Amino acid sequence: MCTWITERLTVSGHGKGVADWMPLTRANVYYDHPVSAPLDHALIIDFVNEGAGTGARVSVELSAESARELLRAIESALTTGEAQHDLAATGRTGE
Amino acid sequence: MYEAMIAETIGINGNNRDVIQAYYARPITASPVPGVIVLHHMPGWDEWSKEVTRKFAYHGYAAICPHLYSRLGPGRWDDVAAAARAQGGVSDAQVVGDASGAAAFLRSQPDANGRVGVIGFCSGGRQSYMLACKIPSLNAAVDCWGGRVIAPPDQLTPQQPVPVIEMTKDMNCPLLGIFGNDDMNPDVAQVNRTEEILKELGKDYEFHRYDGAGHGFFAVDRPGYRPEQAVDGWKKVFAFYEKHLVRS
Repeated sequence: MCTWITERLTVSGHGKGVADWMPLTRANVYYDHPVSAPLDHALIIDFVNEGAGTGARVSVELSAESARELLRAIESALTTGEAQHDLAATGRTGE
Repeated sequence: MYEAMIAETIGINGNNRDVIQAYYARPITASPVPGVIVLHHMPGWDEWSKEVTRKFAYHGYAAICPHLYSRLGPGRWDDVAAAARAQGGVSDAQVVGDASGAAAFLRSQPDANGRVGVIGFCSGGRQSYMLACKIPSLNAAVDCWGGRVIAPPDQLTPQQPVPVIEMTKDMNCPLLGIFGNDDMNPDVAQVNRTEEILKELGKDYEFHRYDGAGHGFFAVDRPGYRPEQAVDGWKKVFAFYEKHLVRS
């Protein structure tokens, strides 16, 4: 695709990198050529810690179908009572 | 026949005379050699890009592959590429400066024949087309499936603010285009339109289009690799450079 079109969002959470867990500050999402997955194009998510250098990154490269399934699974997981409670606390239920 | 080459990572002066990394491969020979600038594809300064650089050395060219994301390091090439993607790529102006530095480096070598071409793949294909218009000293350019040569307004960014098709009037060297007819970026209609404009402006170009091939069909480590089309495409590349970099 080579479009350089990237969705960027601020996140709050942790990710486990090669060495250890680290704080995550941003997720970069795009559909383009993967580095490692044996696909022409992939849904790529880089969870990064912007203050810790370029190597502070947890990256996934998923097929479009897998990404759609992940999206469905995330939506499903967020329907639990605990998730709805936490979302309500941030005023973002139903988004 | 004795064959040998040297391939190594070096530093060169790029845009603003910044020192950037580059992978440099050249044959060991007493004969004057032409130069080729290899522009890596969007995933970064990877192993395949360096294989391509050595392929040119094997065929008698001094080839250099500047690390276009070098300033975003230090770090592994794939982490640096991720940082480049996060910022929407590197600027066209910086790429022009880095390629100009690479061309000057090649021409300054004692065995250079003075002629320098450029080849790029994927995002590098677009950059190769752009450099053919922006660096008057280049002698030949190869665009391998460069996407967004024709870019709609919603795909223009601060880093790539001008559709390179609008630069075509300034194209100053022969252009070779290699495309797969199953590619979606650029698709057949975009390649047709690019060819129309090159023809209208009287530019020296040749396009080769392959059925049964999509985007990136030279890349042996990707599922889009198409050996039959790739072998023929490489022959077209070397015939083009033979004509414009060796015999001219």
